[in-house]
Amino acid sequence: MTKAFLSGNDAFAEGVRLARPQVISIYPITPQTTVVERISEMVEDSSLKSELIHVESEHSALSCAIGASAMGARTFTATSSQGLLYMAECLHYASGGRFPIVMMNANRSTALPWNIYGDQRDSLSQLDCGWIQVYVEDAQESLDMALQSYHIAENPLVSTPVMVNLDGFVLTHTYETVEIPSQTDADRFLPPFQTENKMSLDNPKNLAFSVGPDNNMEFKYLQHKAILGSKRIIEETDAKFAEIFGRSYGGLTQGYRLDDADYILITLGSITGLCREVVDELRERGEKVGLLKLRFLRPFPSDDLVAALGSAKAVGVLEKDISFGYEGTVYTNVNSVIAKNGLRLETYNFIAGLGGRDISRENITAIFRHLQTGGQHVNFIGLGMTIDD
Amino acid sequence: MTNKITAKTITDSEFFYGHKACAGCGGSLAVRIALKVLGERAISVLPAGCMSAVGFNYPHLCFSNNSIISTFAGTASMLTGVEAGARAVGIKNFKAVGLAGDGGTADIGIQALSGAIDRNDDILYICYDNEAYMNTGIQKSGLTPFGAKTTTTPSGENIHGNLRPKKNLFEIVAAHNISYAATASIGNLPDFINKIEKASKIKGTTYIHVVAPCPIGWGIPVNETIEIARKMIDCGLWYLAEYENGQFTLNKNPRDFSSIKDYLLSQGRFKHLDDADIEILAVQRDAKWAAIQKNWNTTKEEL
Repeated sequence: MTKAFLSGNDAFAEGVRLARPQVISIYPITPQTTVVERISEMVEDSSLKSELIHVESEHSALSCAIGASAMGARTFTATSSQGLLYMAECLHYASGGRFPIVMMNANRSTALPWNIYGDQRDSLSQLDCGWIQVYVEDAQESLDMALQSYHIAENPLVSTPVMVNLDGFVLTHTYETVEIPSQTDADRFLPPFQTENKMSLDNPKNLAFSVGPDNNMEFKYLQHKAILGSKRIIEETDAKFAEIFGRSYGGLTQGYRLDDADYILITLGSITGLCREVVDELRERGEKVGLLKLRFLRPFPSDDLVAALGSAKAVGVLEKDISFGYEGTVYTNVNSVIAKNGLRLETYNFIAGLGGRDISRENITAIFRHLQTGGQHVNFIGLGMTIDD
Repeated sequence: MTNKITAKTITDSEFFYGHKACAGCGGSLAVRIALKVLGERAISVLPAGCMSAVGFNYPHLCFSNNSIISTFAGTASMLTGVEAGARAVGIKNFKAVGLAGDGGTADIGIQALSGAIDRNDDILYICYDNEAYMNTGIQKSGLTPFGAKTTTTPSGENIHGNLRPKKNLFEIVAAHNISYAATASIGNLPDFINKIEKASKIKGTTYIHVVAPCPIGWGIPVNETIEIARKMIDCGLWYLAEYENGQFTLNKNPRDFSSIKDYLLSQGRFKHLDDADIEILAVQRDAKWAAIQKNWNTTKEEL
């Protein structure tokens, strides 16, 4: 184990190196680019032995990864924003074909208007594409989830691609001290990729075929079941990771000061750290507040939510996303769990950080105030007005 | 060479068999022949299109070699991944081959094809050209020739079918300075077989553009697929050629062209053309051949 001062992207690249992917397709897009630059340097200096392929688009980046995965190779690619949208067809293709590709996505706003800064509209708009979606908080979690994601994706019961999301710039370009595990420990954690879902000369297969109405739903049902079943694999993976590396992330969610909390804020990604500090401040004043970080959006952590929210009075969802004409996508998902389980609490949505707008300590304090006093359900933070104005 | 594959020595094994292609389908013949030449160590990638629609219907899967459907735009990019993946897992002595139609190659797939050639990935890309989007029911593609009637280029009083000439994909591919590119036709199977065999032995990206008529789309009887493909070469609207080491070579140098009018009017898709339309095609043909005779190596014997 060594320590280094790394950006989120650099840390993720270190995690990729330790995972030893055999084929990597790369295409640049801000703010993902430094990941593929680091990986290119690793291939150049032979610290990563991998087929590095300079594709000519994001569609080709994922199409190439699918082809390599269909030969039984461990693969990696990375993207962001417009690139993620450009490869949307291949997102569904990879998950439907059950190819356990790992991809990093640098969360960035989507055009129009053009904007290179961080929000989560890119990945949340692709929530239904059949990928497991992880949102990480800091550089260490970025590195660790690069490794964990292969362990989850390649489990034969899961066999589903994983998208790891890092907030653009705030995480991808911010430097922190990171522990880099040894290759020996990484190999102990992550064995080589083995699968039956591949073409081989000894056992020829036809893959990525058509399935008509008579069998199609069965394929989709099995895909759904596998992603639901991945909840257990995610927790087992985290436990195994803790055993070897001494770090644990709690599986699908990570709670903070939830005991006896009346007012709970749900977060995802890098904003969680600041929210935790605000929770501490308010707790010092005797206010019963807590925080729940959603690490995985698919599979959706329904059971964790029920357990965490069961005795709360109000819950807020803070997300860098809006589904135009309704509300934040994460909020819709949270409300569905609350309704299905008959929980009796108020829910509020806080749309913030779109196009990279800063979310301040004061904003978060005001959000907790809103949870305590009540008010409008869907709120835009930092806009200076409500949607009723 | 003595060990060349010929009609007499080609394997009896079938790799694309029991599929649901239409009677007289030229594309399925091109795919069948290509895989017979390449053999069981071929790993084929076919995009969404006719051949994947007729050959990959679970549980009725018709390729006995390893085969996979790619996205429509992703034949070449998936081929790149398949080739790299196969090497990465230690597979040796295999050939990654793409088998895509004209729309999948010249239109939606041209970006990925260009990228693969640019990287000089060790793949063979075969475009079977039936001159329109046939799987969706005969719509104009970038390789639909001038004058052809399709469901999106109808012929009427004012417009006589497709207004634009066929994109010159062979030379577009060659302009990448590709290791090897060739044109072919199912109207000349020995030449097609030779070129597949030759391409399969060349390291780096290779490309074969094979004309493969579609009786439904072209408006011909199902037993005239081969004959119309021959007529297309004989009248000079197609040519058999190769590009290698920066040089174009014409493989068949006809002394005279057969009647272009006879070729065109024997097909339903060209029935509406008047003499002025046919003259436009004849002028285009003659200009192309003048350029070929001037710039290409044409010393090869007649096939």
